[in-house]
Formats: sequence, C-alpha cells, structure tokens
Amino acid sequence: MTSSPPSRDAATVGAGPTARPTAPVLLVRDLQAHVAGQQVVEHVDLQVAPTGVTALLGRNGVGKTSTIKAVMGLIGRSGTIELDGEDISTLPTFRIAGRGVGYVPEDREVFSGLTVTENLRLAERRGSEHRYDLVYELFPELEQRGAQAAGTLSGGQQQMVSLARALLNDNRVLLIDEPTKGLAPRLVTEVAEALARAAEVAPVLLVEQNLQVVRDLARHVVVLTDGRSVHHGDASDFLDDPVATQRLLGVHGGTDPAGAA
Amino acid sequence: MSTVVLLLITGVGLGAIYFLVASGLSLIYGLMGVLNFAHGVFLTFGAFLGWEVAARMGATTWAGFAASLLVGALAGAVFAALTERFLVQRLYERHIEQVLITVGLALAVVALFDGIWGTDARFISGPPWMSRTTTIAGANVPNDRFVAIVLAVVVLVAIVLFLQRTRYGMIIRAGVENRSMVTALGIDVRTAFTLIFTIGGAAAGLGGVLASHAFGYVSPMLGQTLLIFAFIVTVIGGLGSLTGAAIASVLVAVLQQFANYYWGYGDFAVVVLLAVVVLTRPSGLMGKKVTA
Amino acid sequence: MTDADIGTDRRRQAVRVLLPLGLVVLLACLPLLDISVPGILPGATYTPGTLHLLALAWVMAAVALSYHLLFGVAGLLSFGHALYFGLGAYGLGIVMRELQLGLVPAAVLTLVVAVVMSTVLGAVSLRVTGIPFAMVTLAFAQAAYVWVRRDPERVTGGEEGLRLPTEFVPGFLVGVADTRNLYWLALAVLVLAYLLTAWVQNSRAGHVAEAVRENELRVRVLGMQPVLVKLAIFVSASVIAAMVGMVHLLLNSGAVPHVMSAEFTISLLLMVVLGGVGSRWGAVAGAILYVLLNQRLTVLAGGAWVESLPAVLRIPLSEPLFILGTLFVLVVLFLPGGLAGTVARVTARSRDRRGDDGPDRRPHPPAAEEPEADDVPQRLEVT
Repeated sequence: MTSSPPSRDAATVGAGPTARPTAPVLLVRDLQAHVAGQQVVEHVDLQVAPTGVTALLGRNGVGKTSTIKAVMGLIGRSGTIELDGEDISTLPTFRIAGRGVGYVPEDREVFSGLTVTENLRLAERRGSEHRYDLVYELFPELEQRGAQAAGTLSGGQQQMVSLARALLNDNRVLLIDEPTKGLAPRLVTEVAEALARAAEVAPVLLVEQNLQVVRDLARHVVVLTDGRSVHHGDASDFLDDPVATQRLLGVHGGTDPAGAA
Repeated sequence: MSTVVLLLITGVGLGAIYFLVASGLSLIYGLMGVLNFAHGVFLTFGAFLGWEVAARMGATTWAGFAASLLVGALAGAVFAALTERFLVQRLYERHIEQVLITVGLALAVVALFDGIWGTDARFISGPPWMSRTTTIAGANVPNDRFVAIVLAVVVLVAIVLFLQRTRYGMIIRAGVENRSMVTALGIDVRTAFTLIFTIGGAAAGLGGVLASHAFGYVSPMLGQTLLIFAFIVTVIGGLGSLTGAAIASVLVAVLQQFANYYWGYGDFAVVVLLAVVVLTRPSGLMGKKVTA
Repeated sequence: MTDADIGTDRRRQAVRVLLPLGLVVLLACLPLLDISVPGILPGATYTPGTLHLLALAWVMAAVALSYHLLFGVAGLLSFGHALYFGLGAYGLGIVMRELQLGLVPAAVLTLVVAVVMSTVLGAVSLRVTGIPFAMVTLAFAQAAYVWVRRDPERVTGGEEGLRLPTEFVPGFLVGVADTRNLYWLALAVLVLAYLLTAWVQNSRAGHVAEAVRENELRVRVLGMQPVLVKLAIFVSASVIAAMVGMVHLLLNSGAVPHVMSAEFTISLLLMVVLGGVGSRWGAVAGAILYVLLNQRLTVLAGGAWVESLPAVLRIPLSEPLFILGTLFVLVVLFLPGGLAGTVARVTARSRDRRGDDGPDRRPHPPAAEEPEADDVPQRLEVT
C-alpha cells in the first residue's frame, strides 16, 4: 500500500501493526473523505504512537486538515479509524470527542462572543478531570484575561484558548492543526513549548508547516501527497533527507529552519 | 402630540408581540439554520388553548387571564418540542428538508385548526381593565398594550439571563457562532436544539395569547399573519441575534403604525424598510451573533 | 459501440421524442372523447367540469415547471413566486380594462412589466442567499398580496377578486360552452412552459446555475458571475409564471387574491417536492397529482359518510389541506426524490434484477440509504 521514498532508512517504521507496548493510540487505515461531493482524502494510513508527537506533513492542499477533520467526524469519511482499538469511524463528532479526542482546529475557532473563561468552561467534559492548574500554568495570560471576549484577543492569545480547551480534559489523543500558523516568531516558540508540555500529557497528531517546530517536537512523521499517505518514518531521518523533503514538501528540511511557514 | 404618543406606544406594544414570535425564530435559525414555518402554528395553538382555558375559568377574571397566558406558553412549548424531536431532528443537518417539513406541518395543522375551531375569527374578551385605556400625555392607550410590553420585556430578560447564566445558554450562544466546534468539544447539540425550540415555542404561545387580546380575536390564520412580520423582523434584526430581533421588532411595528396612520400603507413601509436593509446591510442590523 | 448498441440508442432517442408527443396528442383529443375515470375525474372527458379541472391541472403543472426552474435547477428557495403568477393574472385583466387594450397587446405589455419587475426585485432579493432569500421574496410577495386584497387604487377588486373584462377577449375563449378552447389553451401553455423550461435548463445559464448550486466558489473561480446567472433564471421563471397566470385568468374568468398569496407559492413548492426536486416530469406529475387530489379530497370531505364519522376522524378527513400537508411531510421524511426519485429507483432496481448493465445514465442511489453522502441530488442545498 505504502510506496516508500527512495531514502535509505525511511521504510524502517512501517504502517503495519506493532507490538503491544507500542500499540498506536490512533490507527487510521484506508481513510477516504469528501466535502460537498468532492473527494479530499483518497487513501491515508497513519498511526499515532502512544507517546510523543507524530507530525502530519505535506504541501498545502494535500489533505492534512481534511484528514484531521475526518478523524473528528466533521466531514464525510469512510475507512478504518480506531481509537485504542475501538472503531470510531461511524460515531458522531460529539461522541468521538467524548471518547477522549482533543481537537485544536486550523483557525483556532474560539467562540468570539464568549469570554475566555466561558470558552474553557464550555470545553469541560463530563467524566474528565479539568486541569485548570496546567492550563493556567502554561498560559497565565488566560487567567488574567478570563472576562475578556475571546474575539477581542490577539491571534496568539486565541491560539492559547484553543490549545487550552484541548488540554483542559483528560484526553487520549490530541489532534492539533497548524498551531503556529500566522504567529510571530516569539509566539511560535511559546506555542512550541506548550506543545511539548501537551505531548507529555497525551500523544499528539500535529499538522505543522514550520519544520523547525517539527524537528524539535516530533518523533514520527507521516507525509501526504494528493490525499494519499506516501511516507511513514522517523522524523529526524526524514527531515535530514534533503531529497525526500524536497520531493514531498518542496523544501530543504535540513537547511531551512523556518521551513515552509 | 397625543396621536404621536398613541402611535408610539401602540407600536411598541405591537413590537412586543412581534418580538415574542421573532425571538424564537431568530435563535432557532441562528443555532440550527432552520427557517421554522411552523412557528406561527405554535402561536395559534397557544392562543386557542389559552382562549379555551380562559373561557372555562371566566374570561373576564384575572385568574382566567393568567391561566390563559400560562397554558398558551405551555401549549406552544410542548408543540414546539414535539415538532423538533419527532420531525426536525430526523432530518439532522439537512436544512432545506427541515424547512420543507415545517412548511408541510404548518399547512396541515392550520387546516386541522380550521376543522376544530372553524375558519371564522373568535372574538375574545379579557379582564375589563385590559380593554380600558390609560391616558398618557393626552393619548388614550389601550391597557392590553402595556401588558404585552411588560411581558415581552420579562421574556427578553429571562432569555438573556438564560443565555448568559446557564451552561445550556452558553452552548446555544457558542452554537450560533460555530456549531461544529461545539460538537468537537464533545457536546451533543441536539439537546440544545430541542431546548431552543421549546423556548421559542413558549414565547410564541405567550405571544399568541397576547396577540389575541391586542387584536380582539383568535383565528387559525392568526399565527401565519404574524409569522410573515416576524420573518421580516428577523431579517432586519440579523438572523440569530436576540438583541437585533428586539430592536427590529420595535422598529418595524412603530414604523408600521405611523405609516398606517399617516399614509395608509403600513405593510408597504415595512417591506420597503426590508428592501433597504437587505440592500445596505444584507446580514441585518446585528449580524449573526447572539449578543445579549 | 456495436451496431446493436447504436440501434438501441436510436430507439431510445425516438421513444424520448415520440412518447411525449403522443401523450400531448392524446391529451389534446380528450375533449373529443368520452372517457370516464370514476374516482379520479368528476365526469366524462368531454364535460365542461372535467375539462376545467384538467385545464387547471395543466396550468398548475406549467407554473410548477417555472418553480422547478427556480428551486430544482438554481436551488433558489423562493416563497414569493406567486407574485409573478398573480402579476400575470391581475396584470392582464387590469391592463385590458384600464388601457382598453385587446388580449394580445395587453398580454405583451404584462410580460414586459413582469420582466422589469422580476429583474428589479430579483436583483434586490439575490443580495442575500439561502433562507434570507426565502424571507425577502416572501415579504415582497406579501406586500403585493396585501395590495390586491386592500385594493387602495380600486383596480383589483379587493377580496372579491378581479372579473375578467370579457369585452376585450376573443369570443371563443369566453364562457362555459367554450371550455374546450380554454382546455386547449391550457394544454398549449403547459407544452410551451415545458419547452421553455427545458431550453433554459439546457442553456449556458442553466448549466452554470446548476454548477453554482453544487459549488458556487468553483464557478466564481472560473470567472463567471453567479448572481447574474441566478438573476437570469429568476427572471425566466418569473416570466413563465406570469404567462401561465394570464391563462389562469382566462380559465377562471377572473383572479382572486389567493393567486398572489404565500399559500399559493407553498402549494407550488409542495407540487415540486411531491414530484421530485430537480425533475421536470416530476414537477408536472406533482402538480397534476396535487390538483386532482385536492379536488377529490374536497369532494370526499363533503361526503355523507365522512359526516357520520366520530370527530377524531371527521375533522382531519374534512380538511383536504390537512391530508395534503401530512402527505407532504411523509414524502419529505420517507420518499426523498418524490415521485420521480421513486420511479427512478424502482426502474433501476428492476433493471439490476435483469442484469442489464448498459452504459446509460444511472439514477443516483436514494439519499435515505446513503446518509453520509452529500452529492446525491435529493439532498437539497440552496445557494
């Protein structure tokens, strides 16, 4: 199924099921997804390791965001999606979230008419502990600005609200879509630090254009091209392979720390 | 001067009734994307049941009037909740079919009301004080208008408090903004859908009883007539906006009263206002946001 | 492709032309025949009562076709289409009487008014889309409805309605004795409306409108103006409706406010949905079904056996609109695609059974069996 790129060691981590201790928390096989009758994901296989960050890479428009949305059940999809071995591919979105899938969407999607505190309270899930201590430790600003309408926050602050909503609950996996998009370099560092902490709490599937952030955080990568997953492997091996990064991402991962951002 | 005051207060009184219909319509549309054609039926049902109860308890007593308000609101709420749960929800996320369902339901139920209560208007009476007038700045204002205004303000405050202070209110405000993100936080918005229909139905049922007192009659077409003005109000106010609905209700009704008196074409003035708003601010005065 | 295939194709082509043609010829001969269909038609086909009912069915089918153009093709959910039908009916009568014009010049003038009015109001309404569009069209139509009912200018006849000024109408189109001619006129307007609708649908504007309904953004990327295309469809549909409205005036020797009401538009919506949204034949079949059913249910409601029923049954059964409304709700819930969709499904199933896997276009699977798919035509999206 998976056509591996010609790099030396890219195929060492395959898509097949692995031994128990490292069984993936999220397993996606032969995923297809469509929006308004348009096929946006053709065939994606991926797995999220039980710890750390797995990065989902690819050029613009190859179906990264659609893959995340399909896993969340926000767009029409078919194929296998298993969370800790349980099939979630036919569940409605709210049940998927209820099973412990935290979602940080591409454009933050904070509720702009609600206050910061209300945004967080809305995210409180029944049957889960609510880690306000962690959230406010990571983003002290959110505590100070609790009564402010989220729509009046800066882009970086909105991203913090969005991340905080996902970190608040006890999740089994976090799906985080382009958290550093459009942020100033200083904020990128701040968000990256928060992501590193997030990955200690729950495994993360991260869509990220900034390859330096990927290099710092991710252990595994999955690369998409035209709605298909075409490469699975170790993150640093892939990023150190100028041929592969040039071919699949259009950048020299090894030499350009700013990546495609 | 007294004419202006009279037109102004009766206009606000009419606006109060528009608001009771439009608030639910606007919130339902904002949250669910459904244009609820059956909303007028909730109103008519409330008005008829309220009238039946008042007639049995003594239409001219305050107890009868209070009971008719209560029963009217309850009737509207129950009818609306059942409509949402058994018809609208079956077509989850299929907005046009949901609209069609409410159109069919309205058609069938109005016909059923025709069969039960007859097509002719039933003239009603309330406590004698209601039909008397109070003189304000030289204008003799019918007392029932004050009742309508007070109750509409109570409903407005109650809905605002509900939206601001309760978790479901928060879910509804968030859902009007971005429904899919609410579900992605693990919240089953369908409960909020049923709730918003119930609240809207209750307000419409209450509006039905008040409208029957303001107009002096109740008929199967009462709700359908008011529904069209409520639609106009929701478009002008901005779909999904409670504040917009409140402002536009008063604006439309006052304009209608003045235009009717001085020009004789109140309905046209309202349609012209609608055209102007659509041309200059297509998303309405308050846009799509529940700001309360 | 083998010779046999070409043969089958030709035969299909011929059937597609000849079948409707034969049907029209047959319908045109009805006034000359003595056919009775008890339970459906009130009398033999040559009797004025039956001819009038059938003519009404053809007229409603014609106006339903124009609504199909709006809703089925362009995805424009209008609640104000009655405005243009009423404009045709009232306009023709008023122009003839007030301007002392003959039938033909008055009809031409009325059509010009319809073009101007639908262009202006369409341009305003199309500033908004989807549900707000529905509400704005409703409001415009409602203003006109109130105007004809109140009759401030003393031209529309108010609640009583407008009487056809017969002195300006050719004799062969007036009076009960000439129902036959009116029947033929109604049939002609149906055929004309069908051809016009098909022409608009197959025109560039029609194709673009359908593309807009599917994906407005893609069309805009291709450098076309979705609003102008939608306006073209809106005006076409309105003018066809006005044309049919004029025939309705002649057929009923007058016009009543009902033809401009929201209920009238809703009945058009009912017909199109009953027949199957997106299907021309569906719109025609839905309208005919609606008219005949409405007539039969009214007769039934007045029947003695209904009177003898207990109130729980008697009240609903004596209200034709209750039954039609309920039927409509059931169709929306359980028969997505209406009559046309059901027929397509049944023929597809029987063809499957015969194992005929020809290259002809397959109807889409029913929406009900494919809840997740959003490209099934029965799934309605309004732009």
